[in-house]
Amino acid sequence: MNLAYRDVRHNFGRFMVTCLGLSLLLGVVLAMIGIYRGLIADALELVDTIDADIWVVEKGTRGPFAESSRIPRDTRESVARIFGVKSVGAVTFQSIETESDGKKLRLYVIGYEPGQLGGPKYITQGRGLTGRNFEAVVDSRTGLDIGDHIQLGRNGFTIVGTTVNAVSSGGEPAIYLSLDDAQKLQFDLSPSATRRERARGAVVVNSTDTVSAVIARTSPNASNDNIVKAIERWKHFAAMTEEQQGIILTQSVVEKARKQIGMFTAILILVSAVIIALIIHTMTMDKIREIATLKLIGAPDRVIIGLIVQQALAMGLIGFAMGGFLIFNIQDFFPKRLVLQPMDGLSLAGVVVVICLLSSIYGVYTALKVDPAKALAG
Amino acid sequence: MTENKKPLISIKNLSKHFGEGETRVDALRDINLDIFPEQVVGLLGPSGSGKSTLLNVIGCILEPTTGQIELDGELVYDDHWLRSDLRGLRLEKVGFIFQAHNLMPFLSSMDNVAVVLDLAGYSASAARTRAGELLEYLEVGNRVEAFPGSLSGGEAQRVAIARALANKPRIVLADEPTAALDSDRAGIVMDLLRKVAIDQQAAVIVVTHDEKIYDRFDQIFHLRDGILSQT
Repeated sequence: MNLAYRDVRHNFGRFMVTCLGLSLLLGVVLAMIGIYRGLIADALELVDTIDADIWVVEKGTRGPFAESSRIPRDTRESVARIFGVKSVGAVTFQSIETESDGKKLRLYVIGYEPGQLGGPKYITQGRGLTGRNFEAVVDSRTGLDIGDHIQLGRNGFTIVGTTVNAVSSGGEPAIYLSLDDAQKLQFDLSPSATRRERARGAVVVNSTDTVSAVIARTSPNASNDNIVKAIERWKHFAAMTEEQQGIILTQSVVEKARKQIGMFTAILILVSAVIIALIIHTMTMDKIREIATLKLIGAPDRVIIGLIVQQALAMGLIGFAMGGFLIFNIQDFFPKRLVLQPMDGLSLAGVVVVICLLSSIYGVYTALKVDPAKALAG
Repeated sequence: MTENKKPLISIKNLSKHFGEGETRVDALRDINLDIFPEQVVGLLGPSGSGKSTLLNVIGCILEPTTGQIELDGELVYDDHWLRSDLRGLRLEKVGFIFQAHNLMPFLSSMDNVAVVLDLAGYSASAARTRAGELLEYLEVGNRVEAFPGSLSGGEAQRVAIARALANKPRIVLADEPTAALDSDRAGIVMDLLRKVAIDQQAAVIVVTHDEKIYDRFDQIFHLRDGILSQT
């Protein structure tokens, strides 16, 4: 006879309310893990989406994401001539804030040359950019649709396509413009600023033909390290592989946030462990007379241990499943992306099982210490 | 009645004290007691006289200090326990009836009885059959699926008696089994214990303060300051 199951069935409502409480806690733990993964995924997403093997940036910087970088656009031609380089592109990056439907909208502007490297990986709706014509492709998380207009700086842009998985390391959704439009947005002064510059006799430059980085894709059998070394011999540039760029992003750009969330997740797991232990202890104390009676009528320790451990595991796993279900279904409502990976879920389930088993130890210890004579007390 | 039978409970020179030196309390002093099959005996005494201690000692819950205890022909204590598995011993030989019936609130009447049989190694179906028979025998066969919370005091006590008898113990220890019952129900419970003693050839010890059942005992023992005397 499974006493744990009978007890749960008899006190089903109370048990499920306990599981619900636990599920919220474990849901938060799962969400924190998702936020942690999301932070890293967001940080690497643009690098993954652009999928360049080599990044060429300004000498002495770790740009274009960790630091600002500015190099001449025609660097692209020099890089293209290196042996092993298959294709190249020039890109600019810039954060901007605008309005859409009366709401503030932060965007990450990516300028690239249509037909070259640096554009969106997939077009999920509409079409890609064809040239400098005040058109834009946006990440679906902007909430903008095809045909919408958006004001960026002094110019309006029409949305012609949407893409996915294009956000900055800060989680801002990307908007792709042609490189010329992006440069104009970046360098054009406002009319009042232009007048001020003219008034003080400065030469007003409307556009500067510089980019944040030049990117290159290499042939399958080319050595990326050798290409990086070749570029760095030019002295005016720094170059790094995709892997090095990824390390900069995860170790520099989001390092503190990553550690903060990791630390908070660890504390949450610890808090969960303490709460689970307290719940199990309370559940055991509620049954102390029944446990004494069981011992008195001859139940061996394994029956009593089974009663406590099975209930603890059931509570932990049901709480975990409910928490997982909850977070899985509300993940899209989080302002920043949650990345819920099956392995993380399984690992947390394993941690919950271990916590439940460890937490049961105190309950089991209490139960095994109960004097069967307690059942005879009036 | 007792001349040709061996005692089911035989206690010789049993003593139990708590503490040492100035704090020493002699709870039981040189107790000698034989109880035979079919006997229903009462154990009376004021609070603190040692009744519960004696019951706990006979039920192998509390270790005496010295003496011998023989249960159902097996010497289980001779200045130390002779069996390590005391819970198994209780399951096999002793049935307990409590003042507060102590039924598992999360088990039905049927399961409260069947749990003992389950522990004793009965199959689920055999346990339920035997539990059903016992509940019928104790006239609560119509309440097999009821949970303790919905049973009256008398019904709950009968289910508790059924549980105590489930594994056919030959020793039944009852601690104030009628304390919470009115005269009629107390009489019914005593009749049931008498029936059990005869049908199962069992020895029943009832610890009580309930004067209205004194005339139901074959023998009455008094405990005062740890010393047992027979009325």
